Amino acid sequence: MTPVLQTRNLSKRFGGFFASKDVSLSIEPGARHALIGPNGAGKTTLINLLTGFLEPSAGEVFLKGEDVTRLAQHQRVKRGLVRTFQINRLFAEMTVLESVTLSVCERLGLGWSWWRPVGDHTAAIDEAAELLATLRLLDVAHEQTRSLAYGRQRMIEIALALAARPQVLLLDEPAAGVPTDESRELFETIAQLPRDVTIVLIEHDMDLVFRFAERISVLVGGALLTEDVPEVIAKDRRVREVYLGEALDG
Amino acid sequence: MTPAKLDLSPLRRAAAWRPAEYAFWLLPVAAFFLFPKSLALLSQIAITALFCLSLDLILGYAGIVSLGHAAFFGLGAYAAGLMAKYGWGDPLLGLAGAAVMAAAAGFLTSFLVLRGTDLTRLMVTLGVSMMLYEAANKLTDFTGGVDGLQGVDIQPVLGMFSFDLYGKTAYWYSVAILFVMFWLARRLVHSPFGLSLRGIRQNVGRMPAIGAPVNARLVAAYTIGAAYAGIAGALLTQTTQFVSLDVMAFSRSAELLLILVLGGTGSLYGALIGTMVFMAAHHFLSDINPQYWQFWLGAALVLIVLFARDGIMGLLRKLSTRARTSS
Repeated sequence: MTPVLQTRNLSKRFGGFFASKDVSLSIEPGARHALIGPNGAGKTTLINLLTGFLEPSAGEVFLKGEDVTRLAQHQRVKRGLVRTFQINRLFAEMTVLESVTLSVCERLGLGWSWWRPVGDHTAAIDEAAELLATLRLLDVAHEQTRSLAYGRQRMIEIALALAARPQVLLLDEPAAGVPTDESRELFETIAQLPRDVTIVLIEHDMDLVFRFAERISVLVGGALLTEDVPEVIAKDRRVREVYLGEALDG
Repeated sequence: MTPAKLDLSPLRRAAAWRPAEYAFWLLPVAAFFLFPKSLALLSQIAITALFCLSLDLILGYAGIVSLGHAAFFGLGAYAAGLMAKYGWGDPLLGLAGAAVMAAAAGFLTSFLVLRGTDLTRLMVTLGVSMMLYEAANKLTDFTGGVDGLQGVDIQPVLGMFSFDLYGKTAYWYSVAILFVMFWLARRLVHSPFGLSLRGIRQNVGRMPAIGAPVNARLVAAYTIGAAYAGIAGALLTQTTQFVSLDVMAFSRSAELLLILVLGGTGSLYGALIGTMVFMAAHHFLSDINPQYWQFWLGAALVLIVLFARDGIMGLLRKLSTRARTSS
């Protein structure tokens, strides 16, 4: 099977510091893949490189076999590579339904349509409402995004990405800052996403990672230390030394 | 749970005209009968309102702050003036020419405002307008320089309504153009394109991540805003049959920004109401105190940015929600 997302010797240098170093990663279609590593290991940098938020100093990114290294962010989104952000990037003054409709409109190529009001694009609105229903956000559909509790906002962060119908979804610490019980619910939702969406996840909560991921890549100092199934990663001595420490003993 | 459970009408009907809007557009009709001796001033208000609307499109929706918007106003004014001077005096043709001219300049300079912070944008827009001002100042053969452009001969509107001494034609013409342009702008801001502009203003960093080409959208918005400003400039030329150099002056750009902040950004009506309040205040305060009237303007501005960030529109919105909740 051709990998849906692949990198070849991907590097990013800031001055003399390598935020990413020679990362060659290969992700199969339908994967549930986690990126872990200590703070400053270059996890978010890697997502930024994959999605085009940063330009690599060297190396290539392939999406479904196509070299997308030189493509702009929005062009990669159009090809199915979509991300969420570690720190919410939402449309504070729009209602939840409006923001998700905005994302749906962009996917449907309506972003340049200027004559008919948004309200007349019923297909887009219906789709947005359906997505809110699956994410259990219907009750706040007409609330302003900024008025919502943080946990709900985190869910909207994901909703905006899902509205773009990703083939590969990159989740940058989706549960960061969310209270434990809510983060369980959030991960249930993520786990229920259909298998035709490939998921790459950055997460600090090891419980969540080991419950969710089927493959784990460990990053240290910008470079890939190892990659394997969770059972092997859990037993890997180097991984425990650099990162997990006591976390898995307990 | 099915989406059928959700009432979608708030979004479906978001673009429907509200009763208050119909009432608002009766104001220009009422003003004609209430102040028949002030038609010149009322025309100026309509023209400035259109100019302010153009700034609201780029600042209130796309989030591009500008201190040089008079550049496009001036280009439109000169374009219409020169066309009329050299035999193309049909008013609507003049508006079209002015729109094309200003849009072209807006398109070309839009690439300078794509990058950078608000401060860079302020300086770039200011710089561009200063260059155009001095170019118009220097090209005296063409623009008349400080003496202004003379010999602007405007034909009757639609070949039927000639511009009269009392300014009746000028007034109705200005109001009609303002209304049509407002109506188009209103369609635009309620469309998916308009929604994407609001998205850019509220979180420019998220837009590429949902697949929106931010720069292309900003170029389009800036170009449209410039065309609107050009039409406003052309209206001024046509209703006064003269172009003075100060159509491009810095003070006009700065005053416009002030008017928009006073009225409130991002609602279109804020631009219109801000202009009405500002021009009326200007008129009455300068009657009372011709030399120092700007003192009160300054005070109002300070109070608004400190205590009523959303301007007059924001206050009106607050009042209407309070009235609704208390009843």
